Amino acid sequence: MSLAAQVGHLARRSIVRTLRQPASSIPPLIFPTALLAVTSAGLNSATRLPGFPSSSFLAFFLAFPFIQGALFATMNAGTDLARDIQTGFLNRLALTPMRGAALIAGHLAGVVTMGFVQACFYLTVGLIAGVSLATGALGAVTILALATLIALAFGALGAFFALRTGSGEAVQGLFPLLFVGLFLSSMNLPRNLIEIDWFRFAATVNPISYLIEGVRSLIITGWDGQALALGFGIAAILALVSLAAASWALHERLTRT
Amino acid sequence: MNQQHGIEAEGLVRTFKGGIRAVDGIDLAVAHGEIYGFLGPNGAGKSTTVHMLTTLLPPTAGSARVAGFDVLTQGPEVRRAIGAALQEAALDPLLTGREHLHLQCALHGIPRAERRQRAGELLRRVGLTEAADRKVKGYSGGMKRRLDLALALAHRPSILFLDEPTTGLDVQSRTALWTEVGRLAREDGVTVFLTTQYLEEADALAGRVGIIDHGKIVAEGTPDELKAQIGRPTVEAVPHDGTDPAAIARILERFGERTDGSPKGVSVRLGKGVGELAEIVRALDAEGIEVDHLQLHAPSLDDVFLAKTGRSLEGAAEEEEAEEGA
Repeated sequence: MSLAAQVGHLARRSIVRTLRQPASSIPPLIFPTALLAVTSAGLNSATRLPGFPSSSFLAFFLAFPFIQGALFATMNAGTDLARDIQTGFLNRLALTPMRGAALIAGHLAGVVTMGFVQACFYLTVGLIAGVSLATGALGAVTILALATLIALAFGALGAFFALRTGSGEAVQGLFPLLFVGLFLSSMNLPRNLIEIDWFRFAATVNPISYLIEGVRSLIITGWDGQALALGFGIAAILALVSLAAASWALHERLTRT
Repeated sequence: MNQQHGIEAEGLVRTFKGGIRAVDGIDLAVAHGEIYGFLGPNGAGKSTTVHMLTTLLPPTAGSARVAGFDVLTQGPEVRRAIGAALQEAALDPLLTGREHLHLQCALHGIPRAERRQRAGELLRRVGLTEAADRKVKGYSGGMKRRLDLALALAHRPSILFLDEPTTGLDVQSRTALWTEVGRLAREDGVTVFLTTQYLEEADALAGRVGIIDHGKIVAEGTPDELKAQIGRPTVEAVPHDGTDPAAIARILERFGERTDGSPKGVSVRLGKGVGELAEIVRALDAEGIEVDHLQLHAPSLDDVFLAKTGRSLEGAAEEEEAEEGA
């Protein structure tokens, strides 16, 4: 059986699992959207700051759900894989001719699919709420592509932690850390408008800022080559590093001969 | 090694971190179509042995061949030839029984057209047709075990590893599983390597039994051979009120030598075997001697375990659990 076919079967299982767990599939849609609504209403006056790049805080903040949704992908990918380790399901799979690469790819294909669906949802919500994309329809496609890449990167990170620890609780423990990382980014304000030095520094060295700014540029700025290069570049590097780490962790975990 | 065997191992060793020698030089030879019972308490090394033979864990030393393939260098070939139901029924609670079988068949490369038929056939065989489209989280322990067995059989393996398949099951589920395992060996010629901590399971199913303790095989043979190593059966008679125990002793001693029994009873170790029980009853009846209780005690595999290790199997399990908890 080809690698692609194996990936397909495992991805299907991953998606079916997610859809059958409302506690996993609903929060990634509801929480980021709710936070988008609350924050954009509460911080709308920030648009009056000199140099603020948009007249709509909703449009400015719309990049946030894509990243928070990706963090949920981390948790879901990790806890699902950790559960497979804990229940012995991973051993069952290891006893089939399944290739190691198919296991990770299958899990992540499910995560990426869900990440794509989530991104479509956030974008639709934004458009219904009145946001108009500065880059038009092609920009929408680019946003979905970047959001999907980010979901892949974070999903692979979750898979790595699951494979290293074998514990769903450990993966869930990672979520608050990543959430703190999200808040210490340029999610609420452009970096040049952050007045507190240490916060501006933290946001500048925080790769999440560039992921947000990549998505944001497509919504409010237009085709900004630098922001896109940084957004796609950092997402790709994060994805590659996480995938390599997850592959290594799988190799360590699966001791089959 | 002899290629006539389904499973062969020589000097198999597995050491874990901290120098713990979970399996300590095991030799095995299981013939094709044989049911081999691997009996021992928790922590004796049964599951570690199964993990090595199924390629999930590389041996630290020694060698093993399963279905003619080396477990260390021919892992994929071994996996194609075997089916395994490991200690915990490794199932996804969110998938249905049918979905499990479809996934298992697909990953084993069974063509799509055959998958539905094979899944239906296996579900019927393990009695899960009605529950096939229910999520596994609603299954009972017995249903999960039966599904686990069906999954292990999905690709028609010639060798089946069952790691404590009936632990935690009720008597009815246990008997159903025994019936199916027996049928697999008898009718389909499947070689079965069965680990268990239940004496009656090994006794009922296995053609040969290996008893493992602290990572070593301490005894091996057919259940009858092993019991014969321990000795002959004993008979104990408890006299009715007013009956002279000495009179009973005189009769019983015709059939064997006196042995220790309960304080109220008279015990002898039979000289020729269980066949003498009927003659003892006739002799007691002929002398008009009444007894309250007449019991034959045949040596059990627990007696074999006790003789070989100095502990009963039940006591050994508790001891191992205490060591693990310490």
